[in-house]
Amino acid sequence: MTQGNTERLGIVVSGSLNKGVEVKLDSSASVEDMAVGRYVTIEGQKRRFFGMITDVSLEVTDQKLVLIPPDVSDPFVAEVLAGTSTYGTLHVLPMLTIGGDVTSLIEGPQPVKTVPSHFSAVNLASQPDVELVFGSEDERKFYIGTPLDMETKVCLNLEELVKRSNGIFGKSGTGKTFLTRLLLIGMLQKGTAVNLVFDMHSEYGWEGRNEEGRKVKALKQLFPSKVAVFTLDEESSRRRRVSTDFVVRIGYDEIEPEDIGLLRQTLNLTEASVQAVYQLAREFGDKKWIEATLGLEDEDETRQLLTRLSIHDSTYRNLRRGLETIRRLPFLESHVPDNPVKRILEYLDRGINVVLEFGRYTDITAYILVANLLTRRIHAQYRERMEKAIGEDIAPPRQLVITIEEAHKFLNPEVASQTIFGTIAREMRKYYVTLLVIDQRPSGIDSEVMSQIGTKITCLLDNDHDIDSVLAGVSGKSELKSVLARLESRQQALIFGHAVPMPVVVRTREYGSAESYKDFISGEETEIRKQAEKDIEELWE
Amino acid sequence: MQRAGEVIEASTTDFMAQCYELYQSPPFGSLVKTRDLPVELYGVVYNATTTGLEPGRRPIARGKDEASEEDIYRSSPQLLKLLRTEFSVLVVGYRENEKLYHYLPPNPARIHGFVYLCSPEEVREFSQSFDFLNILINTHLTVSTEEIVAACLRQMSQVYEDGHAFLVAAGKELAILLSGEFNRLKAILGRIKT
Repeated sequence: MTQGNTERLGIVVSGSLNKGVEVKLDSSASVEDMAVGRYVTIEGQKRRFFGMITDVSLEVTDQKLVLIPPDVSDPFVAEVLAGTSTYGTLHVLPMLTIGGDVTSLIEGPQPVKTVPSHFSAVNLASQPDVELVFGSEDERKFYIGTPLDMETKVCLNLEELVKRSNGIFGKSGTGKTFLTRLLLIGMLQKGTAVNLVFDMHSEYGWEGRNEEGRKVKALKQLFPSKVAVFTLDEESSRRRRVSTDFVVRIGYDEIEPEDIGLLRQTLNLTEASVQAVYQLAREFGDKKWIEATLGLEDEDETRQLLTRLSIHDSTYRNLRRGLETIRRLPFLESHVPDNPVKRILEYLDRGINVVLEFGRYTDITAYILVANLLTRRIHAQYRERMEKAIGEDIAPPRQLVITIEEAHKFLNPEVASQTIFGTIAREMRKYYVTLLVIDQRPSGIDSEVMSQIGTKITCLLDNDHDIDSVLAGVSGKSELKSVLARLESRQQALIFGHAVPMPVVVRTREYGSAESYKDFISGEETEIRKQAEKDIEELWE
Repeated sequence: MQRAGEVIEASTTDFMAQCYELYQSPPFGSLVKTRDLPVELYGVVYNATTTGLEPGRRPIARGKDEASEEDIYRSSPQLLKLLRTEFSVLVVGYRENEKLYHYLPPNPARIHGFVYLCSPEEVREFSQSFDFLNILINTHLTVSTEEIVAACLRQMSQVYEDGHAFLVAAGKELAILLSGEFNRLKAILGRIKT
């Protein structure tokens, strides 16, 4: 495809605002060159429209052609019929208008409220058009990728992005991790927010591997002064030669009944067991209840206690089994002198991003327990500070973005109302805390939470439920659906929502080569820049 | 300018011309013109006939004792004068004040107007627009219109360096004109493919 200024595709022949417009392709434009997700501009009489191709179809003028197909092995006949008796149509969803007058130049592209008039010319969007819509990289905008078949940069407005919770979705192996790394780097680079990453598979802090098995650098290596790696599993971190800043240990006394409520599904607890937890906590006190419950050995004493609290024996057994699972987690100790929450907040306050590695403890119980426990306390702190900030008229705390993986475990309809993550997704925007949820089964996430997610970045999804839940409430849903289902399984993502003016399919920016690292690092990190340059030179040797 | 004949019958839509020499009619489908100053009429040859001079007198077979066909004419030289060749032309446009119009002229051709074969430059100029195809495919003649259209386009394509491109462009125009009649289109395309 040429990158020329205007490549004419055809003319608008019919359509509606709701369903999008039909474009008859000129005979010079081949249907096979079209691609769903590509951008076009429509030259209306008064304004230009910016839209996306959402469907491509074949038409004939005479139904006889369908019944008795002509002999297209004859190139002459084929050439004559192409674009005349047989022609292609595009379905284009207009999304933005670019007015010609001064006000619209200042305000930029606006959402469409009408359709272009009959027979308006349709062109392939040129580089300047796309730049006008998605902006160019600056101190707030981060270059995330390029549109399909174009070299223009698609930029996310990170300042807007972090104000709301965001989601990265996609099947396993479609590049969620790489996208997340990119986004985190963007936030670091632009300094729009501090991040707390619950890094289940230990791939954001220190180097990870891509699908070909090549090593790729992660945050700490690129921004050593801005990232601290916390670990739950010191041994694993040491083996991977990660320089960790803090080893997280959690005391039993910090686990509250609410934490157990959240683990109900993963620990296979009954509703009654969860209720029993609250009773036990009341009996022994919030700080000591786990130790006390696990310490119950004398049968008579236990029976008396259970009778007094009217807890059924089977409930107790069920709960006990669950608590034993927790007890087996090596990072839990009866009492921990150093408070991890305090430490994390210290770092965050200094503007240093925290990546919490889970090392070997990738099992979901540990992840949910730790993430929930820490986040709840951080959330409480933030809330307090924010209220203080309002009361005393001082600067609010730094914008915090908490990254969680396997989000459907925290945000499914059953627990979303109880967990802190549900609360954050719904209302914490006001308290400067937002979420970055990463998930492969978005259909498992509570629809109430989904609807609050500002910007969604989704890689390929092929389950109908997942697609529906991601696209719920988006205008032009059915069109986007066909785009989403046809994404390539790697390096392609559909971005829509708050941080972009219109849905956009991007080929994500390259990540993992020495050249790419250089781009991420801003001027001040000269040392790493030098290292990157050295790496590039070595490549040529 | 090559003279092809003289108009002997004319109407708004077509005219008939007689050749000066027997069998010298312009090829089927070729573009010819006649003058009716200040207007020049353009037409496409759609039929040619050779008959006896007198309508009631039919020629008779004469070659029984001759060795070859040429010998017949040699031994009966009057034949050349007793027979005549005529051709019919469908008017497809005209030129007035240096401007070409691809539709019917205000007046028919004049009797005894000379008919000329168009030069390649004129053919090129006239075929810049395919509007005349509409007249061709909508006439009802003894010869099938598909044949005329095909012959005309074949003739015209010869003056172009890239005749194929010309035929494709013409074919596309026809595809639009005959959008609901694929069989006719197919018949024409089959006759003009290179």
